[in-house]
Amino acid sequence: MAQTDITSAERDGMGPHGTKVGLLRVLGPAHVWALGVGIVLVGEYMGWNFAVGKGGAYAALMACWFAGILYSCVAMIDSEVTSTVAAAGGQYTQAKHIIGPLMAFNVGLYLVFAYTMLEAANAITAGYLVSVVATMTGYGGELDQRPFIILVIMFLAWLNYRGVLATLTFNLVITAIAFAAIIVLFISTSGIVGDGIMQHAALFEGHEKPYGWIGIVAAMHFGLWFYLGIEGTTQAAEEVRSPARALPFGTLAGIMTLLIAATLTWYICSGVLPWEFLGDGVNGSVAPLFDTARLSGSNALIWFLGIGTLFATLASANGCINDASRAWFALGRDKYLPAWFGAVHPQYRTPYRAIVFLVPIALIFALGAPLDQVITFSILSGLLGYTFMPLNILMFRKKWPMGTIKRGYEHPFHPIPAIVLLSLCGFTFFAVFLGYGTQLVAMIGFYIVVSLWFHFWRYRFVNRGAQFTMPWPKPQGY
Amino acid sequence: METWIYIEYAAWGLSALFGLHMVVDWLKTDSTYSEDVLTSSREGELEAMTEDSHKG
Repeated sequence: MAQTDITSAERDGMGPHGTKVGLLRVLGPAHVWALGVGIVLVGEYMGWNFAVGKGGAYAALMACWFAGILYSCVAMIDSEVTSTVAAAGGQYTQAKHIIGPLMAFNVGLYLVFAYTMLEAANAITAGYLVSVVATMTGYGGELDQRPFIILVIMFLAWLNYRGVLATLTFNLVITAIAFAAIIVLFISTSGIVGDGIMQHAALFEGHEKPYGWIGIVAAMHFGLWFYLGIEGTTQAAEEVRSPARALPFGTLAGIMTLLIAATLTWYICSGVLPWEFLGDGVNGSVAPLFDTARLSGSNALIWFLGIGTLFATLASANGCINDASRAWFALGRDKYLPAWFGAVHPQYRTPYRAIVFLVPIALIFALGAPLDQVITFSILSGLLGYTFMPLNILMFRKKWPMGTIKRGYEHPFHPIPAIVLLSLCGFTFFAVFLGYGTQLVAMIGFYIVVSLWFHFWRYRFVNRGAQFTMPWPKPQGY
Repeated sequence: METWIYIEYAAWGLSALFGLHMVVDWLKTDSTYSEDVLTSSREGELEAMTEDSHKG
């Protein structure tokens, strides 16, 4: 990119509100798809199989589809609201305009925590994968995983720092390869091409409900893993060329891709791996798709799925850095956090201070916290965010009924998706409480404390008029 | 296999380079441009411009 004097008379005041340096609008629907699917697809490669351990293979399938309904509602609601509030921060910005500052502050923190924790979990996984490769190539010593964990975070943060187009084009390529690997594994092992190796009937016999109905309820917690992060597409809102078209298109294509990938993943793995092995993600099958490829006996499949696992992990970490930094940047721009974080790089047009600031935080979690705790805090923050969405869309439709504001997408059957989403969130909270009650209570306690801090201290620094620069009509009833 | 020892060193080295590049560029950018310019971004610029053209 050529050096540009952004303070020249020609560029000065490039927007009606005096923006001299803003985020760059260069992305299309494919980048939005890559951001959403890229964050999530690692969940197909590993993590979802804990649902099998909670209640057996059928429980995992039910969790997969119920979570699929939950996230379809999330994708539809997000598509409608974000095609209207096309600004960095995604759900944070939605909450600010539709509900109010305290909700917005909380949602902003949910986003930053969910993505930063997920980034740390991905970096830990990447370090582990490199150690597996070392062992497979005959290395007999104990590989130090730390330099690889740090390299993943540093390289991807650097890529994000240098520009959003290269970052998400990179994500598009590696996500497409990781998705293709799942399709190829399905075609190769299901009997469509050559002899199939599926043994569903034999593996399921006598193990239909190993822990009864409560096991099926508990499986819902890890069912989220199939789709966790698709809502991250909204963070690209300020950088897409056409928000009204690209955001709904990319998000809805993303959830359709994930519904296919999740169902295929369940079908492939549950037909080859016994449920006791598949359901133990620590001492059993850490990476079920890769383990299935190993059982296929094909070296080409082993390599392809190995590369797919690594690419899915990198794509997820990359998308998480992108999303966490946009949320942090938006909080800074509105002075919910120090305005210093609301800076945009004049050459690369990225929220560079937010990106750099979050690097040491991700490193602390990646190097100092256990993986299961990091993942649980990420899921809980995400779940709190999903619970806000039905309230958000109900208020949005009430304050700005159809026809009063231009929408890029109108989701069907309102208010049924909102009610279904709220019900499924309640159900999932119960499922999480069964396994991680202490963490759930600790997390809610944390958000109550920071809410008090925001209400009684921080909000006095917010420039209350300047945070609403979106040219919206007045809401109904005001 | 010593190769993996060298790969570990390479990973440490590359991490330091990426980190250093970001920090140096960050400090250079902050000292070159004023804070008013760097933090001038506001949401809704595209929408506001569209509104202006509709009004015009």
